[in-house]
Amino acid sequence: MTTLLILVVLVLGFMVVLRLSRVAELTSELRGLREEEIPERDNRISGRMMWAFGAIYLLWFLWLPLEYGDVFLPPPASTQGEMIDGMFTFNWWILGIVFFGTNIALFYFAGRYYHRAGRKAFWYPHNNKLELLWTVIPSVVLVAVIIYGLNVWNKITAAPVPGTMEVEVYSKQFDWTFRYPGKDGKLGAIDFRLITGENPLGIVTHKTIAARLAGLHEEVDNAKADLDARKEVLPKSKIKEKEEEIAHLNRLIERIMGLRTLMEQDIAANGENSTYLHGADDKVTKEFHLPVNTDVELVIRSQDVIHSAYLPHMRAQMNAVPGMATRMHLNTTITTDSMRTITDNPDFDYILMCNKVCGISHYNMQAPLIVESPGAFKVWNIMLPIFEKPGSSEPDTKNEAAATTSDTVKTEIAGEAEAAAGTNNQSN
Amino acid sequence: MSAVVNPSAADSGHAHADHHQHKESFISKYIFSHDHKMISKQFLITAIVMAWIAMIMSMIFRLQIAFPGESFAFTHFFLGDKWAPNGVLSSSMYLALVTIHGTLMVFFVLTGGLSGTFSNLLIPFQIGARDMASGFINMLSFWFFLAASIMMLSSLFVESGPAAGGWTVYPPLSALPESIPGSGTGMTLWLFSMILFIAGSLMGSLNYIVTVLNLRTKGMRMTRLPLTVWALLLTAIVGVLAFPVLVSAVLLLIMDRLMGTSFYLSEIHIAGEALDNMGGSPILYQHLFWFLGHPEVYIVILPAFGISSEVISTMSRKPIFGYRAMIGSLMAISFLSFLVWGHHMFVTGMNPFLGSVFVFTTLLIAIPSAVKVFNYIATLWRGNIIFSPAMLFSIGMVSTFIAGGLTGIIVANSALDIQVHDTYFVVAHFHMVMGVSAIFAMMAGVYHWFPRMYGRMMNTKLGYIHFWVTLVSAYGVFIPMHYVGLAGGPRRYYDYTEFPMFQGHFVDLNVMITLFAILGGVVQIVFTYNFFHSIWRGQKAPQNPWHSNTLEWTAPVEHLHGNWPGPLPTVYRWPYDYSKPGKLEDYVPQTVPLEEGEEDH
Ligand code: HEM
Ligand SMILES: [Cu+2]
Ligand SMILES: [Cu+2]
Repeated sequence: MTTLLILVVLVLGFMVVLRLSRVAELTSELRGLREEEIPERDNRISGRMMWAFGAIYLLWFLWLPLEYGDVFLPPPASTQGEMIDGMFTFNWWILGIVFFGTNIALFYFAGRYYHRAGRKAFWYPHNNKLELLWTVIPSVVLVAVIIYGLNVWNKITAAPVPGTMEVEVYSKQFDWTFRYPGKDGKLGAIDFRLITGENPLGIVTHKTIAARLAGLHEEVDNAKADLDARKEVLPKSKIKEKEEEIAHLNRLIERIMGLRTLMEQDIAANGENSTYLHGADDKVTKEFHLPVNTDVELVIRSQDVIHSAYLPHMRAQMNAVPGMATRMHLNTTITTDSMRTITDNPDFDYILMCNKVCGISHYNMQAPLIVESPGAFKVWNIMLPIFEKPGSSEPDTKNEAAATTSDTVKTEIAGEAEAAAGTNNQSN
Repeated sequence: MSAVVNPSAADSGHAHADHHQHKESFISKYIFSHDHKMISKQFLITAIVMAWIAMIMSMIFRLQIAFPGESFAFTHFFLGDKWAPNGVLSSSMYLALVTIHGTLMVFFVLTGGLSGTFSNLLIPFQIGARDMASGFINMLSFWFFLAASIMMLSSLFVESGPAAGGWTVYPPLSALPESIPGSGTGMTLWLFSMILFIAGSLMGSLNYIVTVLNLRTKGMRMTRLPLTVWALLLTAIVGVLAFPVLVSAVLLLIMDRLMGTSFYLSEIHIAGEALDNMGGSPILYQHLFWFLGHPEVYIVILPAFGISSEVISTMSRKPIFGYRAMIGSLMAISFLSFLVWGHHMFVTGMNPFLGSVFVFTTLLIAIPSAVKVFNYIATLWRGNIIFSPAMLFSIGMVSTFIAGGLTGIIVANSALDIQVHDTYFVVAHFHMVMGVSAIFAMMAGVYHWFPRMYGRMMNTKLGYIHFWVTLVSAYGVFIPMHYVGLAGGPRRYYDYTEFPMFQGHFVDLNVMITLFAILGGVVQIVFTYNFFHSIWRGQKAPQNPWHSNTLEWTAPVEHLHGNWPGPLPTVYRWPYDYSKPGKLEDYVPQTVPLEEGEEDH
């Protein structure tokens, strides 16, 4: 249907054009008109068109928000967002005044002063006072805009108070993963070389290093065996490729062993405070929850290319850059439930979307964000599986012992959850 | 500095003219021409072709955005089964089209096309020179441009498709073929094409600078130069300073891609493998890219300022208001354009204090820009306006520049940019302020100087139709696009239907934008027809059709090597003596000596 419509528009447009051009040409030929001599009538018409267009343009400009204003985002759901929205309002007013003022002057003068024979334009090459005036006034207004803007910017980007909860937002083509700190309240170190199916973020622990090294050694052994077996039949280029692959794996092994040394030194130096000891109790999940009215610091990373964590309802955005961690402060103010009421939409969800082109499925790299009361958040958080169950890294732990540990963990969790539910009830 | 009269250059030019009166072969006249007039036509026609290609691309991807998943014969016709199975644009080709559209428009149409065409045409003519300082290098600059164009277009035909990481080609996406199909051969071609393009652009720019500084005719002081020449000179200077930085950015990227270096790569795990690259930074690329990239948008808009200043003054029959302030603001803009690149990187994790500095420098640019707009409006005030198509497009340019410039104040403010960065709001902003404005000025330039280029007139009535429909569709496309951005709609998205929040009126807006885009595209047929038809069949142009003061209209309509048959004209006054009190005519060409007691401006 629409295809048809568009085709019709195209064909009609084309025909109209050709007709018009013939007509225009014939008439000007017939009347001996010169293209460069524009008669007063035409100038008047163009002038009137300037007025008409200016008026329609500005009215349309005013009408659009009335008609389409509902596409704008709902009220900001974070303190940062509130500041940004306020700043938008301030700027819109200034820009609106300038926009209407300049456009009215432009279209009005254009229509008013069309060419009439016998009239001469006013000789007015410059006026220093006027020019000074319209240099100084914009400067003053801009100073206000800048001061307001930087003030908000400084607040939004201020360093977090110590003890703020960190949440990792981890991106890769084409999905998001989240990591919450465990009991120690700290996110542990990660390393991209440790990434495997079981360890999607590459969290560094004794166990993950050991497992990764074992896996890599196995890969090397397999590759070598394969190469030896088929050395005769493989073409030279393939052999070279295989050898390079093996070399690459060996480099990886070497680097991971280096990492292990580093880790051991750090643990020796810092003991319990070593960042390498914080990873085991982290919680890795595909779900994104945040407690309302709580300052959190999102630590944003990427595994492969640049992505961008964009939370339009929070007016928040930060790029995810491979090789570094970027940080973004967020203090949400409206729970998902409340927002459902506000927007009168029971299916409403906050969305985290990717906003930096990252590949062919960039347009669908999204995750819902649930903002809930701190109590509900805690309940949800406690139920998350812990990355490495304590004790399970000891290979010689007896099954029985393991069972008891996990039992104690369970009761502990249940207790905490109850307590959390209590606070939840209180806060409601 | 002032009054750089260069008699020796003028004389040798004269000799040169005599020397060249022999009959030229077809090849030396039309193909490997050294003549600035011919080279400017070559640039213009190449740019028109590139603009058509880029515009058809935009129609194809606009159809997909407005009617996702629907089949279009139009799409299928251009892309075939591979990239548009069943007439539905594929998501990888979507990104490729957006990328090549942006690249063609910014570099090939509005850099090569705009300043290539008008620097070549106007600089020698308006300063009273017989040709560019080096005709040979000038010719080379076009041939590099053409080679770059062909290489860029050839990437449309490679197996894995053209570059698809956006016109900014940020690594690691652009560096790793495993991250997106377009980062294979297509990206290699993109990068080498850019190197050719930049080489050509540098040759051109150096030539323009040398020509303006050394070959001005007798009496043509810097303070008597038309604003077009000022603008083109500053454009060339900005280009010479900025483009080499892009070369280095591109070279490092080529090395990362082909030689295993790690300038932009570090700690990457992709396609199930940890890469060896360590220690690089993707952010480094962004700094290098935008150190060119921002000045680049001024390379696009400065010639547009020059053209619209000239046209508005001439057709209002009034001197441009505040000539010196106009030059001053051009200089201020050129200078500041080098200090603002960081405003593209507010959310890359850049140090917030550094961000503040870029907010400050960026908002400073708003001041000279505002001065320019006020001066245009003051020029119209109490003018005697002749609405030639060129004048209409110039007034349109001022209007679109206002609309786009004002939203610049939003995106320049780091805190606000957090929300709108990389959304359609930014797309709307830059199309308005540099895309549409520069295209309008380019159109103005073509209509205005067509008689000077081809010795014939374009059809005025068709020009009117072209202007009004283009203006309406430009606003119809880009004003609603701001709403898409403010609704949180990210750019470079192939399909919005995956998001419940992008439904209802959001879709209606996208449909409206697409329909206006089609209208705007179709009406360019009128222009193209008018242009080519008039080259052969247009009315013969008179000597000075717009009663203009500048020197190009004193040269004979027939083309000849060396521009003026006799000695070069001498200049006695500034170019804006329109409607000067006490004069019979409403214009006084620059070649008319000052009367006794008359003051030069
Ligand atoms: C013919 C009318 C035009 C239409 C309908 C149009 C439309 C669009 C659209 C829809 C996009 C995609 C935005 C995105 O998803 O990020 C785009 C991108 C772009 N356009 Fe245009 N455009 C037009 C003309 C121009 C002009 C004249 C310029 C010159 C500056 C231009 C420069 C760009 C650039 C630089 C991009 C960004 C490409 C990228 O994201 O890598 N366009 N255009
Ligand atoms: Cu993405
Ligand atoms: Cu910029």
